[in-house]
Amino acid sequence: MTAHTASRPNALTPADLQIGAGRRRRERAIGALFLAAAASSIVISAAIIITLAGNALNFVVQVDPGKLVTDGWFPRRGLYDLATPIVGTLVISGIAMAVATPLGIGAGIYLSEYAGRRSRKILKPIIELLASIPSVVLGFFALAWISPNIVQALFDAPLFNMLAAGIAVGILITPLVASVAEDAMHAVPEYLREASYGLGARRRTTSIQVVVPAAVSGIVAALILGVSRAIGETMIVSMVAGATGGSLFNLNPLDQGQTMTAAMTALAIGSDQVRGAALTFESLYFLGFLLFLMTFGLNLISDAFVRRVRRKY
Amino acid sequence: MGAMSTTDEAEQIAPAAAGGPPMTFDGDQVVFELDDLSCYYGDFRAVREISLQVPKNKITALIGPSGCGKSTLLRSFNRMNDLVDTAHITGSVRYHGVDLYADGVDPVEVRRRIGMVFQKPNPFPKSIYDNVAFGPRIAGYRGNMDELVEQSLRRAAIWDEVKDKLKSPGTALSGGQQQRLCIARAIAVEPDVILMDEPCSALDPIATLKIEELMRELRENYTIVIVTHNMQQAARASNFTAFLTMGEDRAGYLVEMAATEELFTRPANRITEDYITGRFG
Amino acid sequence: MAAQSEALSARDLVARRLQGGGSDWRSWVLEGALLLSLLVAIGILFVLVSDVLMKAFPVLVERPLDFLTSTVSARAERAGIIQAIIGSVTITLIVAALAIPIGVGAAIYLEEYARDSRLSRFIRTNIRNLAGVPAIVYGLLGLAVFSTALGLGSVLLAGGLTLAVLVLPIVVITTSEALIAVPTSIREAAFGVGATRWETIRSHVLPYAAPGIFTGTILSLGRAFGETAPLLMVGAIAGTFSFVGAPWEQLGEGYTTLPTIVYHWAGYPQAEFRALGAAAIVVLLGVILLVNATAIVLRNRYDRKW
Ligand SMILES: Nc1ncnc2c1ncn2[C@@H]1O[C@H](COP(=O)(O)OP(=O)(O)O)[C@@H](O)[C@H]1O
Ligand SMILES: [Mg+2]
Repeated sequence: MTAHTASRPNALTPADLQIGAGRRRRERAIGALFLAAAASSIVISAAIIITLAGNALNFVVQVDPGKLVTDGWFPRRGLYDLATPIVGTLVISGIAMAVATPLGIGAGIYLSEYAGRRSRKILKPIIELLASIPSVVLGFFALAWISPNIVQALFDAPLFNMLAAGIAVGILITPLVASVAEDAMHAVPEYLREASYGLGARRRTTSIQVVVPAAVSGIVAALILGVSRAIGETMIVSMVAGATGGSLFNLNPLDQGQTMTAAMTALAIGSDQVRGAALTFESLYFLGFLLFLMTFGLNLISDAFVRRVRRKY
Repeated sequence: MGAMSTTDEAEQIAPAAAGGPPMTFDGDQVVFELDDLSCYYGDFRAVREISLQVPKNKITALIGPSGCGKSTLLRSFNRMNDLVDTAHITGSVRYHGVDLYADGVDPVEVRRRIGMVFQKPNPFPKSIYDNVAFGPRIAGYRGNMDELVEQSLRRAAIWDEVKDKLKSPGTALSGGQQQRLCIARAIAVEPDVILMDEPCSALDPIATLKIEELMRELRENYTIVIVTHNMQQAARASNFTAFLTMGEDRAGYLVEMAATEELFTRPANRITEDYITGRFG
Repeated sequence: MAAQSEALSARDLVARRLQGGGSDWRSWVLEGALLLSLLVAIGILFVLVSDVLMKAFPVLVERPLDFLTSTVSARAERAGIIQAIIGSVTITLIVAALAIPIGVGAAIYLEEYARDSRLSRFIRTNIRNLAGVPAIVYGLLGLAVFSTALGLGSVLLAGGLTLAVLVLPIVVITTSEALIAVPTSIREAAFGVGATRWETIRSHVLPYAAPGIFTGTILSLGRAFGETAPLLMVGAIAGTFSFVGAPWEQLGEGYTTLPTIVYHWAGYPQAEFRALGAAAIVVLLGVILLVNATAIVLRNRYDRKW
């Protein structure tokens, strides 16, 4: 058969089925370039993990364990009470979620289930604009407006306090929660809504008893993502929560407190840095590594919830 | 081929034996020669052990129920299936004697020589002129581009309708016009074969007839393989017809291939007869 | 007997529903509450902007040009943001020059070239994770790698590189989304006439995805423009200094940016400095607003169906 084919007058050879060498070379070079671009992300991740873990390890090895459990976070004096920045972070994140959960999910439900096409077209960009406000601006706003006009008006509190910081962080993550929650509800297929209306249900019943339960994984994902963002938020807490020069352990939101991120900026810009006090640099990376692990874990969980929504529909 | 059973079950189980000896053509008339071709998507075999020949300057129709692997088979003729991550084949597809899947064969050049028209008209969101000129331009065409564009549009029987608006977007044309523009685009790179995957399924009857008429004209210069689920179309427009169906493993196989008239009037196989008389399934 | 009364009440119920849709107060309360949460979020934006404008008023009215062209100063009546503007613009340019080509290239690799292999899946997951890493962690990376290991020190170039790394995953993700939205039929059409992969991408995929890619990249540049925390790690000066020069002269010098200077001035309790901070925010928000408006216009214009 093959011999027969080869003897055909019109037979081609593989060489006829090739493109020009120049075109082929260009094609290969460009493909390699794009691969290199994609691979750069691996280099970045590796660099992050190596620098954080390496310096954090140095801290763990060198620090006197007794200094990790003290009255507060005072790196200047070699006191690294871990509970202080971690608890401060949790207090502020808790306040932030108390603000962002109702606002974000409420706004998400409204946008997905109630708003008409026209009002969505206006409301969504406004929410996006809110999402793109730099956190330093919200920090300024918290200091200049929220703290005096809300916190201090209601409570006996100093200007720098964790409550004002928490509220501002909550405002910061509200648009994020709203848009992830809205996406989740948007992904609920129309036929479920139609089935519900077909049974004579109202919009209220449909959205609360059909759509929200169907989208619950995505809504949970939105909240977890919100927590992750709140934990990592830096500028607002550095500006508003006080405690730039270290802090005693504090649970009271009406007082100043320390967070992991604020402790890091304080170390980096030098207000806590003491030349020769050996472990300030390492403690900075230790906090960074801790923060990285916490947010990474939360993001993974959030991702798993999002994937559950996708699998379902 | 020896022990040919006549029972229905045997026909179902041993399809390769079902259609009698495969249809063959004179050596210099063969454009495609498939030998035991199977196409897979991952582990799933969509097309099973097909051997057939496609003759030169004729229209060969592939018919069969939906999902039996007609598109898959057609797309293995110009290595369009390479674009699907999981797709791979066993067996061989020879094109003028060259194994298309051999090392050193570049699918880009394969597709230049073996053009394709798709089920849904898919002009580029660019001007009519650019739609046609894109292929020759990348292939390094050195001649007069305006002439080539005009000639291609004429051959696709759409020149008169678009000659005054070559700069307007191809997507603004009607469905039938878009499909003819896509045919013009395919012939602009001077292919030798045109593969058509249900080219009329998105068109109205009048546009369909226009395309069929065009196919008969194109036959003079091109080898055409057309997939259709419309048996009237196959009967009207093709010279040869291959009938595929799928077995219990959902893999498509060739039941028989014959001259179109023969297949529709005297099918050699019961399954073919059931299908063309509408008793299928 | 019981069945009959049930039937009756069911009929009542239906009748009541058919007549009295408007009297369903619970629905109104719910819709009101949902709308309220949305309006509160938007209202905060309104309060924020008006508060900032009010506080910035003295500066914006009395010495707008002087404010824009003066250097930072410990004396509020002479302080300005020229260094911050130069710093922010230069950093954004560095970010654009690095993150856009690399990010778009990576997205093209993932969406157009990569088969569904373990490597490509790993890269995808990796990029998603990078996008979720807190900004300040990128500052730590910049401090360790650019400022320390590469020996750049606390200079603008280190800041630019750091933010380029921070923005990169966002560019990849938004570009990927724009590429995924390109219909397969366009690619098939181009491959079908014998185009190579790159020819298909350059002539058809990229033009189709361009508005989406542009929207995504401009929003991520806006993000870089407003970023502060990582820059504090790599030496952005939240204080006064005198150096001022053209962007290329800045690269190896100490620097500040608009958000950094807002942070600096917000730390003073005096109203004059608050006014300076607010005025800097007005400029910062102006840029952000412009970026978002561009994105919205682009999206509306090119939101076409295939
Ligand atoms: N890209 C793909 N990935 C996986 N399976 C596919 C793909 N394309 C087609 N198939 C499967 O292959 C079989 C044949 O499909 P196809 O060739 O499109 O049939 P036809 O064109 O005859 O309707 C079907 O079972 C279909 O589900
Ligand atoms: Mg098909």
